[in-house]
Amino acid sequence: MSFSHWVWLAVALPLGGFLVNGALALRRPDAKGLVSLVGPGVLLGAFGVSVGVFRELLGNPPHEPLIVPIWPWLSVGQLSVDLAFQVDQLSAVMLLVVTGVGSLIHLFSVGYMREDPGYARYFSYLNLFIVFMLVLVLGSSFPVMFIGWEGVGLCSYLLIGFWFSDKANADAGKKAFIMNRIGDFGFLVAMYFIWRAFGTLNFTDVMARAPLTLAPGGVIVTAITLFLFLGCTGKSAQIPLYTWLPDAMAGPTPVSALIHAATMVTAGVYLVARTNVLFAMAPLSSTVVAGIGALTALFAATIGLRQYDIKRVLAYSTVSQLGYMFLGVGTGAYAAGVFHLVTHAFFKALLFLGSGSVIHAMHHAFHSTHSHDDAQDMRNMGGLRRHLPWTFGLMMLATLAITGMPPLSGFYSKDEILAAAFARGGDTPIFYLFYAMGVAAALLTAFYMARLMALTFLGENRTGEQERGLLHEAPWIMTGPLVVLGVLSLVGGALNLPHFVGGNAAMERWLEPVMEPGMRLNHLVMPEGSTDLLLGGVAVAIGVLGLVLGFRATLGRPTLPARQAPADTGLALVLNRKYYVDELYDGLFVRPVEWISRMVLWKGVDQTIVDGVAVNGAARVSRGLGWLGGRLQSGQVGVYVVVFLVGALWVLRAVLR
Amino acid sequence: MLLGPSLGLSAILFSLGVAGVLLRRNAIVVFMCIELMLNAVNLTFVALAQLYGASGYIMVFFVMTVAAAEAAVGLAIILAMFRHRQSVDLQNINLLRG
Repeated sequence: MSFSHWVWLAVALPLGGFLVNGALALRRPDAKGLVSLVGPGVLLGAFGVSVGVFRELLGNPPHEPLIVPIWPWLSVGQLSVDLAFQVDQLSAVMLLVVTGVGSLIHLFSVGYMREDPGYARYFSYLNLFIVFMLVLVLGSSFPVMFIGWEGVGLCSYLLIGFWFSDKANADAGKKAFIMNRIGDFGFLVAMYFIWRAFGTLNFTDVMARAPLTLAPGGVIVTAITLFLFLGCTGKSAQIPLYTWLPDAMAGPTPVSALIHAATMVTAGVYLVARTNVLFAMAPLSSTVVAGIGALTALFAATIGLRQYDIKRVLAYSTVSQLGYMFLGVGTGAYAAGVFHLVTHAFFKALLFLGSGSVIHAMHHAFHSTHSHDDAQDMRNMGGLRRHLPWTFGLMMLATLAITGMPPLSGFYSKDEILAAAFARGGDTPIFYLFYAMGVAAALLTAFYMARLMALTFLGENRTGEQERGLLHEAPWIMTGPLVVLGVLSLVGGALNLPHFVGGNAAMERWLEPVMEPGMRLNHLVMPEGSTDLLLGGVAVAIGVLGLVLGFRATLGRPTLPARQAPADTGLALVLNRKYYVDELYDGLFVRPVEWISRMVLWKGVDQTIVDGVAVNGAARVSRGLGWLGGRLQSGQVGVYVVVFLVGALWVLRAVLR
Repeated sequence: MLLGPSLGLSAILFSLGVAGVLLRRNAIVVFMCIELMLNAVNLTFVALAQLYGASGYIMVFFVMTVAAAEAAVGLAIILAMFRHRQSVDLQNINLLRG
């Protein structure tokens, strides 16, 4: 029995942590020492298991996925689903990312959340999230994956609304939950179609049978993949269901780093990569995936240009980067999408944790002076590089990574996606448009990241005279994980070095057993040699241009603290208000639904029909019948006797006949 | 052996009982009419027992037992009724009217 059979331990450990921390949260919320030990401890254990599994796979890469059954779960008619885990190259990569980045963020949380009264509750939720995330990436069938899919949604809801006493936070949680429900509906419908088409829901069986059962480009496979992608747009915050993610920043910052940047929101990308055969068989769906991805990348990046909340900029940046990943997997470069997923997990987690470090410092400074200024508004920051040198250096590194500067990790992954989109343009010209959108988004990415860095760390300090002296670097338990993530952002590209720098595309080859069936159906000739270099050069030039423009535009004119700043006007206002999409959705969906709920369902159906006709009607009918029956009861013995006699005679007649 | 006249007599007695129950308003008289009906039935049993065996006689004993019990309870009720209302007229007793 190989070590990989012990992969369930990686799920069981955080589950144990959840139970312990949950019990402590209910009984001993003050036992912070124990929580600090158990919460990150189980994650490090799970990371150890993941490393063990990965090492075993590395030594002996299997061609077939290893299925680890836990117990038989559903057996209904012809449908039989086991609760089983699937260990292969793709789930091993996800396993490492989730437990690795998860461990770092758990450690960071020890410092960040230390003074919060809900410390134990926080860690129990965080552990539970890891449990469901691992079920999601390890599940060997659609229903098992769906358990994880729903579970991470639940934990996301719980953690966004972690400070639920503030109504805005609770509302943000509800918004995330409800928008995800819309996507989950797509997932469920897709599962139904898959079962109808193949009679099974196991990944390996579905992928093996798909090319034999269905016609490529047919209606069924297109419908299945489009419904699956609807699920992805919900979970991974793509147009049109992206609006929940920026609001999800209401949760604690490490949560934003873990759930809303590094792991959960990438579940959609993972799903497309996992079902690559189906998407490869449906060119229309793949084009939709790539198109939505490119559009989201560009659209979200423009909104990021004019946000003032540091976390909101990063949130729109995440939406935008997720768009890149979908552009990758939609193009057929499944490995490139997963590669960008991994590098993005590194540098975006770093950016979020760095912003957490900044907010931590700002919050303490404002808290000490009883100021009510916004600790997350970048207009109140400025010049923080002198106070937070480590955070500044590491976030600068992450900025260069996300803008795609060589040799940082983001360069390789983003460049590969753009190159793939360009290559696909050869047979499907619309992909040239997607490529152009991706390049434009890269320019904007560089711009808003430069703006973020300039507003936060450069220029004059705008925090205030009293507060300035109170700004200081966070404790080592918070900066330590930042350093590790910084190193990963720096060298993460080594996972998949392209040929033109002398690499051998290690990750692509590693993922080949999983991606090969899809790649064969959806063949993609990647650009070689000079074209590849040229594309890379264009991407770097665009990134540099964006950075220069961003720094110059932001530092070139004075910035006023949030309280004194003039209101935005014109285009800036439109961008700041996110193109009024929230208001549009509010008018198009929320208000009509509320109106229907109130006027039709409540006043009409509930009050008139259910209460009026059904409940009160039933009472009225029985009272009427009772009144009629009461008329028979005259109280006169004589009448009773007559009735009795008549009845007796009637029975007698019936018997004698 | 006088089967026809016996059954005829019992039919007349029974009908008299029914008529009394239906027409009279005095509770005591109604009560006596019920007894009359029971005894008419007893007569039928005895008469038919000659043809069908002893079970008819046994049935008569049962009926007489029930009639005795009923007389005890019924008279007690009528007595209690009279104490409350100073009357045994059934038309005044209509507490069960719906």
